[in-house]
Amino acid sequence: MMVSLLPVWAVLTPVLGLCALLLCERWIRPERVAAPFVGLSLYLSLSMTYQVMTSQAPLVYALGGWLPPLGLTLRADGVGVFLMTLTALVMTGVAVCAWTPSEGASSRGRFSFWALLLALWSALNLAFTAQDLFNFFVALEMLSFAAVALVALDGTRGALVAALRYLLFALAGSILYLLGVGLIYGRYAVLDLAGLREIAQPDTVTLAALALMTVGLMAKTALFPLHLWLPPAHAGAPAPASAMLSALVVKAPFLIILRLWVDLLPLPAAAPQQIMAGLGAAAILVCSVIALRQQRLKLMIAYSTLAQVGYLFLMFPLMPGPAPWQDIGWTGGLLQLASHGFAKAAMFLAAGLIYEALGHDRVAELGGLARRQPVTLAAFAIAGLSLMGLPPSGGFIAKLLLLTAAVEAGAWWIAAVILAGGILAAFYVFRALGHALADGDPPVAPVALYRQGAVLALALCALAIGFVPLRPFALLAIGRPLEALEALP
Amino acid sequence: MSATLFGLAGAALVGIGLFGLIVHPTALRKLLAFNLVGAGVFLVFGVVARRAAAAGLAGDPVPQAIVITGIVVAFAATALAATLLARLSGPEEEP
Repeated sequence: MMVSLLPVWAVLTPVLGLCALLLCERWIRPERVAAPFVGLSLYLSLSMTYQVMTSQAPLVYALGGWLPPLGLTLRADGVGVFLMTLTALVMTGVAVCAWTPSEGASSRGRFSFWALLLALWSALNLAFTAQDLFNFFVALEMLSFAAVALVALDGTRGALVAALRYLLFALAGSILYLLGVGLIYGRYAVLDLAGLREIAQPDTVTLAALALMTVGLMAKTALFPLHLWLPPAHAGAPAPASAMLSALVVKAPFLIILRLWVDLLPLPAAAPQQIMAGLGAAAILVCSVIALRQQRLKLMIAYSTLAQVGYLFLMFPLMPGPAPWQDIGWTGGLLQLASHGFAKAAMFLAAGLIYEALGHDRVAELGGLARRQPVTLAAFAIAGLSLMGLPPSGGFIAKLLLLTAAVEAGAWWIAAVILAGGILAAFYVFRALGHALADGDPPVAPVALYRQGAVLALALCALAIGFVPLRPFALLAIGRPLEALEALP
Repeated sequence: MSATLFGLAGAALVGIGLFGLIVHPTALRKLLAFNLVGAGVFLVFGVVARRAAAAGLAGDPVPQAIVITGIVVAFAATALAATLLARLSGPEEEP
């Protein structure tokens, strides 16, 4: 393990950008102030990934020199830097796509958007590097507040109703999570994951606490049947905001669930994992069918997010070994997370550009779009390729690994659900593409080419994961199993 | 003895609050129910802190620090939700 300040800077840099935005609000346009901080955060994430890959060890920093159990540590392991890189690339794509000329949205709305983008980034980096249950809580709250504000950004009545519903679900989730933290602390008097790993027993109190925390986090991840808040919230937010919400925000609570069941209390595959996979399977089937019936493009994409989140939960029973990070289910699940992140960000941004060009996003009236906006539509199609799991795409590799793991584990129903989910995804993606490729001559407002290019770049990232299928195996296992920090090196 | 009593009271508050959170259809009542759950959870943390007294300490500071953060978060969340509710219940206005 290497001591490094980089994880701290990764959390702090967006906050510094936020302060700069507040100070310069009167004089400089918000995107100009935010841009250097976006660039700096991107650089930090990439350099952390490079360091972790070259040294094959996690980057660790104990804040203030205090070691656990009293102190807090930030620790960027393989999974952490993998997700931070995903976050950085998606955020940069969103920033380029949201970079609009001076006309358009009110300046107050633009200011809020850039401020919330930076706040969200900081919260995500904290969630990916935090190592104790309390820090997770802080990161989740930062995340929820920024996300709710992003949903309410438009200020229309529908957006406010969606934001309020999202907030209530998120609050119920947080308070259940906090209750679980209280029970764990009461039982073990430790909150640090590595410390808990050594002493945690699968007794009634611990399992009850984990169940409370997991259900609370499921409400924040929008796993079926706690998903009701997501479609209106993600479809009602402005497109760049929806891209961040769908691609990144729902993934942070999932990562914490994963850390709870892999790092805190590694159990052999048993009832909890089966229940989570069952809910994931239900999410894939039910939400894909609902997505098929949507008339509006953004709602369709939001329901597709619910289905794709379901895939993530399939990985729990597919990591049976004593070292789950060496199982293909682990890599498959995390690759699904990343490829869905890129693909969904590209899809929401594409839907936003389509809305700008046509003035609506009704699926049945997309005719003629292919001729007028080929770049946007190509990005949409490539992202759809990854959602369906067709080769060569990140989604294909991820689903192939999950499928192989399911067959190896003898879980035939998981394999069947993965295949059925791919077919259903093909139905809803091709339905939208078919309408867009139809003849028609709609009036089209011009959209700057660099913004379409940013969307295409994100879609190509989802595709690119498919070309390096074996690289992530090693990266995702760095820093595991979790070791307690004995002394400051 | 008192710790057990407070623990049971905390559990009862959490139970009542969760019931309200699920059953009541209106957002304002849900918000109040959330605050009730919050109060119960904070009480549980207080009990956890108090149990350290058995080991000869006056009280464990870590749960107290967590409760302070939890209260701040719950307060901010309630304020945000109340603002959204006020905007929604007010007359229709252009943003």
